Amino acid sequence: MKNRTKYFAYPYVLWIFLFIALPAFLVLLYSITTKESNGLTTIHFTLENFKKFFQPMYLNILWDSIYLAAISTIICLILGYPAALIISRAHVSKRNTLLFLCILPMWMNMLLRTYAWMTILGNNGILNNIFAFLGLPRFNMLYTRGATVMGMVYNFIPFMILPIYTALSKMDKALLEAADDLGADKRTVFRKVIFPLSMPGVISGIIMVFMPAVSTFIIPQLLGGNKSMMIGNLVEKLFILNGDWNFGSAISIVMMLIILLSMSIMNKFDVDKEGGARLW
Amino acid sequence: MNNAIIQLNNITKKFDGEIVLDDITLSVKENEFVTFLGPSGCGKTTTLRIIGGFETPDEGEVYFDGKLINDVPPFKRQLNTVFQKYALFPHLNVFENIAFGLRIKKMDEKTISEKVEKMLELFNLKNYGKRRIDQLSGGQQQRIAIARALVNEPKVLLLDEPLGALDLKLRKEMQHELKAMQKQLGITFIYVTHDQEEALTMSDTIIVMNEGIIQQMGTPIDIYNEPENAFVADFIGESNILDGIMIDDYLVEFLGKRFECLDSGFGRGEEVDVVIRPEDLDLTPAGEGKLEGIVKSVTFKGVHYEMDIVANNFEFLVHSTDMAPVGTTVGLTLTPDDIHIMEKGE
Repeated sequence: MKNRTKYFAYPYVLWIFLFIALPAFLVLLYSITTKESNGLTTIHFTLENFKKFFQPMYLNILWDSIYLAAISTIICLILGYPAALIISRAHVSKRNTLLFLCILPMWMNMLLRTYAWMTILGNNGILNNIFAFLGLPRFNMLYTRGATVMGMVYNFIPFMILPIYTALSKMDKALLEAADDLGADKRTVFRKVIFPLSMPGVISGIIMVFMPAVSTFIIPQLLGGNKSMMIGNLVEKLFILNGDWNFGSAISIVMMLIILLSMSIMNKFDVDKEGGARLW
Repeated sequence: MNNAIIQLNNITKKFDGEIVLDDITLSVKENEFVTFLGPSGCGKTTTLRIIGGFETPDEGEVYFDGKLINDVPPFKRQLNTVFQKYALFPHLNVFENIAFGLRIKKMDEKTISEKVEKMLELFNLKNYGKRRIDQLSGGQQQRIAIARALVNEPKVLLLDEPLGALDLKLRKEMQHELKAMQKQLGITFIYVTHDQEEALTMSDTIIVMNEGIIQQMGTPIDIYNEPENAFVADFIGESNILDGIMIDDYLVEFLGKRFECLDSGFGRGEEVDVVIRPEDLDLTPAGEGKLEGIVKSVTFKGVHYEMDIVANNFEFLVHSTDMAPVGTTVGLTLTPDDIHIMEKGE
């Protein structure tokens, strides 16, 4: 008897081909051809687009993107780990409420959420009005790099909390008792057992925050103004304003390679090869 | 305080209002192998966890070496636990698992490696130090869990059904290994199991528990031969439990017949439980026994046959090396010391 269930996978295979593989191939094709080659007969292959990217101006934008995304990821980790720990230790009845609160902002459109921050951080925004009310000077908070980082942390922190929470809540309680039994006080139990065992969750969290953060364009555009041009903004500008699809595609390919590389490096750190809380 | 290393006084524990331990008082002597034996939910594991410090009693006192330790957290107690499912650290290799307790005590590297190597040798795991935990078999993990506890040289080792996950043959081997080790190292073992055979094989003292109450404490021989009530008799080995009436001292009536027995001190006409071990019933040709029954079923068990024999409307379980085919009528004989009289429960 042939296994017929495999036919159920065909629609998705078709989907992958049409909407993932084919576009990725087109991006690759655009990145290695010249702008003038519009027909199949006049196609011109070139590496000029990649060469152009390795100019200080563009490299700075790349570096800046990685820098801001890294800062956001670190802040997400610092804020998210304790949150995940508290949720995982909460009583079962409270745990779901806390998780729900974590995910609730994601029910709203990301654009809307980011706009909301504009009205909070703006010169005549809520925060500055409060400062004025208290007799403090107004701060220029919107359109700064800080605002961009703030927006990224706000938007992506659930992606840090959830995998860490999963890793922590799956941990066998007997392991903590065993460590306690062997003479470890609370801090040592955390340092020697809880934290190392939650590493798969931490790594998943880092990847899941860093990836969207490094390529986001809406957050720096709305909250960072022209102060922080990130790689996503550059790609958007090249496609929408300049109409330079070839150079835009080349940058996208470079970004894909960087993300692929950082993911494989992160996976090297992930010692837990089976089970664990890996999402990848 | 004689030489009791662990003393529990009137321990009571409730979970969500339900009593799991009801006024438990017991003491464990130094170098003793004590087993808490009972069906699941009898409170044996909770008692062990109270000694280990993982649960605090609602009432009562826990003494260790004469000192009250109710409020001492586990990491400050001089005892170690072997957990039910081993609870080995999956992120550490075999060596580091065993070294865990020593590293926390900040011992120097040389002492640690000496002690760990000694343990590995003791447990026949000499070249396994670098292995990952998930590369080991259940029996090996078991031994590492015990090594990890013993390397700290605790005064008392608590073992929570440590052999439960092993297959029968390995379990038998480990039973003997554990017993030998306990004698050799001179450490007090407190062992929890629901397996009565395991308890009988290994223990110096067995504490039989049921529904949060200690049913009987004693040596394996005492517990097997002189069970104090029908629960113990039934739980320790198989038993035939019949309703009887004491006619006089040393005389009991059941199934409409009178039997001589060795028990006295019951009231005349008092209703009692009569316990007869299946192996104490002897088969005789029909007409020669005091009781007469028909063989209902026969199962070959290797060393003996297990038979159901119905006599006077009571279905006896009989273990015997003799066999009578199904449907035949046989006689059953009993000597006075085969009959155990117990007060009626409740």
